[in-house]
Amino acid sequence: MSKRIDVKDLNVYYGDFLAVEDVSINIEAKSVTAFIGPSGCGKSTFLRTLNRMHEVIPGARVEGEVLLDGDNLYGPGVDPVTVRSQIGMVFQRPNPFPTMSIRDNVLAGVKLNNKKISKGEADVLVERSLKGANLWNEVKDRLEKPGSGLSGGQQQRLCIARAIAVEPQVILMDEPCSALDPISTLAIEDLINELKDQYTVVIVTHNMQQAARVSDKTAFFNIAGTGKPGKLIEYGDTHTIFSNPVQKSTEDYVSGRFG
Amino acid sequence: MTSTLTPVRSKRSALTKGQLPKYAPYAVLGAALIVGAAILALIGFNPFGWGVVSAILFAIGLVSWSAVVEGSRKAKDKLATCLVVGSFLVALLPLVSVIWTVLVNGIPGLLNPGFLTNSMNGVTGAFDNKAVESGGPVLGGIYHALLGTVQITLLATVISVPVGLLTAIYLVEYGHDGRLAKAITFFVDVMTGIPSIVAGLFAAAFFFVVVGPGTKTGAVAAVALSVLMIPVVVRSSEEMLKIVPNELREAAYALGVRKWRTILKVVIPTAISGIASGVTLAIARVIGETAPILVTAGFATSINTNVFGGWMASLPTFIYTQILNPTSPSNPDPSSQRAWGAALVLIILVMVLNLVARLVARIFAPKAGR
Repeated sequence: MSKRIDVKDLNVYYGDFLAVEDVSINIEAKSVTAFIGPSGCGKSTFLRTLNRMHEVIPGARVEGEVLLDGDNLYGPGVDPVTVRSQIGMVFQRPNPFPTMSIRDNVLAGVKLNNKKISKGEADVLVERSLKGANLWNEVKDRLEKPGSGLSGGQQQRLCIARAIAVEPQVILMDEPCSALDPISTLAIEDLINELKDQYTVVIVTHNMQQAARVSDKTAFFNIAGTGKPGKLIEYGDTHTIFSNPVQKSTEDYVSGRFG
Repeated sequence: MTSTLTPVRSKRSALTKGQLPKYAPYAVLGAALIVGAAILALIGFNPFGWGVVSAILFAIGLVSWSAVVEGSRKAKDKLATCLVVGSFLVALLPLVSVIWTVLVNGIPGLLNPGFLTNSMNGVTGAFDNKAVESGGPVLGGIYHALLGTVQITLLATVISVPVGLLTAIYLVEYGHDGRLAKAITFFVDVMTGIPSIVAGLFAAAFFFVVVGPGTKTGAVAAVALSVLMIPVVVRSSEEMLKIVPNELREAAYALGVRKWRTILKVVIPTAISGIASGVTLAIARVIGETAPILVTAGFATSINTNVFGGWMASLPTFIYTQILNPTSPSNPDPSSQRAWGAALVLIILVMVLNLVARLVARIFAPKAGR
């Protein structure tokens, strides 16, 4: 229940502005891949192109190919909605639906698409998803309460539960811990370690220790200067990137000499 | 063992400044009222002048006392407070005056038996003359007008809300600030400023062309009112849809939810409390319109439950005709009593609608319980 992603020569534009230039990367199934790099280097933009979420931003477009187990996401006749139901996403700020209970938030992907689901199946799905997000024990007695009443870390895990409830192949995470305290961050990191048994996980992070802790492979993005496009500088095993990188700028970044 | 306690000083220290006593405002107010009454007694007493003079004296007294005791910064603060509270009272004055006048004049009419349940059908000047001469009850009521107002406003709402809400959805979700969206926003703004009589004339002319000459029904009035209502609904719904965080839309898209379902199931439910209260306020805005109804629904004295056929009464036009053309020209008092009663009912309706708007906003608001 997880697929690999292969990106070939991808350019991302905002209007005429080239934001990310010529990225080629192979992301293994059932692994955790971290994207690191300074702010504004295009790693979040690139992450969004992996499930066509960049199309929400007016004027954003891509050139190149993104293959999900060989199927091009940008091929003619591909419905972005189908893509997104296969590749889920967790955002920087926890964003549970404020009008829905915790239970309905988990079921949102099913219910919003008007799929019929029996109460028994729904109960099973809610429990499985919340257990998958390590949240079940904390909320099992208040499933009918609004999701906005949870703490930030719990809300973020609720969002992860919501994402895995639609059973995607890949989960993208855009700085999922940047708004959370260290304890909640630890809970999410433990969760990411468990998620990779079933899913392909791609995570953008500003926290290099986090990248080192959770990921199998790390990609370093950098930008030559303001107004220049972001580029993939180096991609390899996390251990290699942090201990023995090939590129000078990677070494500078991971050792904290800039950025 | 030596005590290191510093000696307890008096309340004045390097950090304290002069301060007016707590009773200062009340004392100044009392003095201002007495002095004001004395001044007014010299030039002829009237309550309005007393209020104005006392208010000015109060401001001068409090500010100068404060300037002497507390210094200029506190005095300026007191002056600003006086100005703010004074402006608030001035703004409140007409409102209180209107409500008071309508209450005093309207309650006798409202308490008249049958006022809310009878129409003016068959009530002629002869009955009014008899009521005045023999002191009997004033016959006739506003049932037909109340019914007309409710029906016309309801139909106007049914027309305006879908059109207005869908326009707002287009502007926020699909318009992308393009040319069409900008044009719509511009014309909605223009529509907001249309005089209501023009809306009435538009509806009358429209039905003249489409249905035939002399078409005056509740439906025509409803169309006229919806011309006034649509821009209000568009504006308020647009603002409410705009403040729905983009993150919620993205969250729904990321779950593989289609755009229209996202709007229907996530965006609108999140904004529904604001939209509903906006709609209720738009209803309150048009329920008192007189001119457009006069030229579109005519004026009836009997009950008409069919909005699509025949002339129809409404509360504003009822008030208008009762004052302008009393049922009995020689004894206008019963007619004006009925008009004031109708005015009171109209104000109560608007007040209830405003309360409903608040209630609706509270009921639909997303709950953040723990």
